[in-house]
Amino acid sequence: MHPPPEVHTDHLHGTQAAFADALWAGALPPGLAAPQPDEVVRRFGVYRNNVMHGLSRALERRFPVIARLVGSEFFAALARSFAAAHPPRSPVLIDWGDAFADFLARFPPLAQLPYLPDVARLEFARGSAYHAADAAPAPAEALVTEDPGRLHLRLHPSVHLIASPWPVLTIWRANQPGHPPARIPAHHREQALIARTPALEVIVEPLDAPSHAVLSALQRGTRLAEAAGPDDPAAALTLLLRHQLITHIGETP
Amino acid sequence: MMSKPKTTLTLAASIATAMSLTGGHHAEAQEATMEKCYGISLAGENDCAAGPGTTCSGTSTVDYQGNAWTLVPTGTCETIELPAQADGTPRMGSLEELDRDLPTG
Amino acid sequence: MPAMPALPATAGLGFKPEHFAEISRRPGAVGFYEVHAENYMGAGGAPNAMLSRLRADHALSLHGVGLSIGGAGPLDRAHLARLRALVDRYEPESFSEHLAWSSHDTAWLNDLLPLPYTADTLDRVCAHVDQAQEALGLRLLLENPATYLAFEASTMGETEFLSEIVRRTGCGLLLDVNNVFVSATNQRSDPRAYLADFPLGAVGEIHLAGHSEEALPSGPLLIDTHGQPVADPVWSLYAEVIARTGPLPTLIEWDTDVPAFAVLLQEAGRARRILDAGGHAHASAA
Repeated sequence: MHPPPEVHTDHLHGTQAAFADALWAGALPPGLAAPQPDEVVRRFGVYRNNVMHGLSRALERRFPVIARLVGSEFFAALARSFAAAHPPRSPVLIDWGDAFADFLARFPPLAQLPYLPDVARLEFARGSAYHAADAAPAPAEALVTEDPGRLHLRLHPSVHLIASPWPVLTIWRANQPGHPPARIPAHHREQALIARTPALEVIVEPLDAPSHAVLSALQRGTRLAEAAGPDDPAAALTLLLRHQLITHIGETP
Repeated sequence: MMSKPKTTLTLAASIATAMSLTGGHHAEAQEATMEKCYGISLAGENDCAAGPGTTCSGTSTVDYQGNAWTLVPTGTCETIELPAQADGTPRMGSLEELDRDLPTG
Repeated sequence: MPAMPALPATAGLGFKPEHFAEISRRPGAVGFYEVHAENYMGAGGAPNAMLSRLRADHALSLHGVGLSIGGAGPLDRAHLARLRALVDRYEPESFSEHLAWSSHDTAWLNDLLPLPYTADTLDRVCAHVDQAQEALGLRLLLENPATYLAFEASTMGETEFLSEIVRRTGCGLLLDVNNVFVSATNQRSDPRAYLADFPLGAVGEIHLAGHSEEALPSGPLLIDTHGQPVADPVWSLYAEVIARTGPLPTLIEWDTDVPAFAVLLQEAGRARRILDAGGHAHASAA
């Protein structure tokens, strides 16, 4: 295999560095040409716009509820700020946006909307569940053993658990396409499970606090007895079995 | 906080409840129908075309850069009622034009 | 370089997940489907399930938008490995990429950005094409870009640049006729002169797409949006190309404001009629 000739003097690197910088900032890079030289600015604007619009659109597809909550004009500006601070590091855009929730939490113009980061976490979890690795469900009968407390359950790779001081699931549901805006009192905590079923449907299910605790412990690899603690794990197990989200049942993790 | 493990008997009862509630059905992978095209909006992001609304008018980067941020959220967030803050000032409806320093890099 | 089984020399469509159910009910509605490789680089789930199903019934073209072959820096080896895994899993009849760059240092810029055509950039692009072909174990097709600007530093034309890449690396070309028309209009040059100089013998696939038009003081500026029907002047250029080359695999690209599947089929039908007519003209001329 020939190593690429990265060693020689690098005009191309300089050209592209200037071009890339100018996509984000005011001044044009040197060396551009157009049939009418005074039209270079508008022509370069196409590239600027393509980059920004493409990234903004990718982010909006990943976080449609955030976009609806803040409005499209605000979201476009927000997307630009986020993309400048956290540009994609890989051409695989389905992975981009993992830093968005934390960015929202630290973004002063959104300080008055403290529930947004958790709504963004819920939305990002849906995308992660959609693309998560495949894994076959384990037969539920394996739960029936002499000493079920010793069992470790492995949850499907698409399972994400959210616990928020805000009613994130209610807010998320009320802001689905086609739902008219509704007044939502945001005075209580909510927990949710996000996962993908064998039919490849991404589900978002409410959890009570004990079920969230049980599922979190199971996801960490804790044995069923300790994961259940003082709580009845029936509700959590029912959810897992209904959506076939257990991929391994055994006395080893 | 370490809690006391459940007894084998109550765990077995929880499992029996869960299995009966889910029809005791066998956890065989269903044929993935995909007929409903679930999660289309979550599908691909990569394209090789310019986006809709693309304009060569050069949406000026100056609008959104620098330290002044003058936009306010105008979406459905206005319908979400937050509890009053610790100092008693209401949170909702108090979104004024903010002129704050943005986080950088 | 092992020869890949070729795409059928007929019309194909870009695959959109929203059309999956309809495509499943109508296998063989078109001769092949093309997908953007980067959208199938998730670990699992619906995208790969759909692509497996699609591939079982159809010839497949894998179209990369992320390799940044025109980038000054080295190719992203992790990305090459992801592409190799897709090639191994789906065994596409074709793999294509762009004469463009889209990443710089560690940032991904999410657009197909233009290159100065110089001896220096030619060396770089050829090294990257060699590296990609070796890593993927195939002969790739390189696509001509839609451009809005040129570079003062360029010392050769785009067709000369592409011809040299083909001569040095043995790669094939993906001729995007819409890009030819968009670029020529934007550069105030003649698309027929461009096509007269284009190394048509290396073309393994053709792309057709729609563009939008804006106005500059000096004339139109066309934007490669892939969001509307193929324009009439592009159909004319396409028919002229096919009359010279004979039938070639021809893809209708429609990526934004994606219409109903039936609309895409109409566009594919129009390409097929030109392929049929052009194929006969080519045969009788030969």
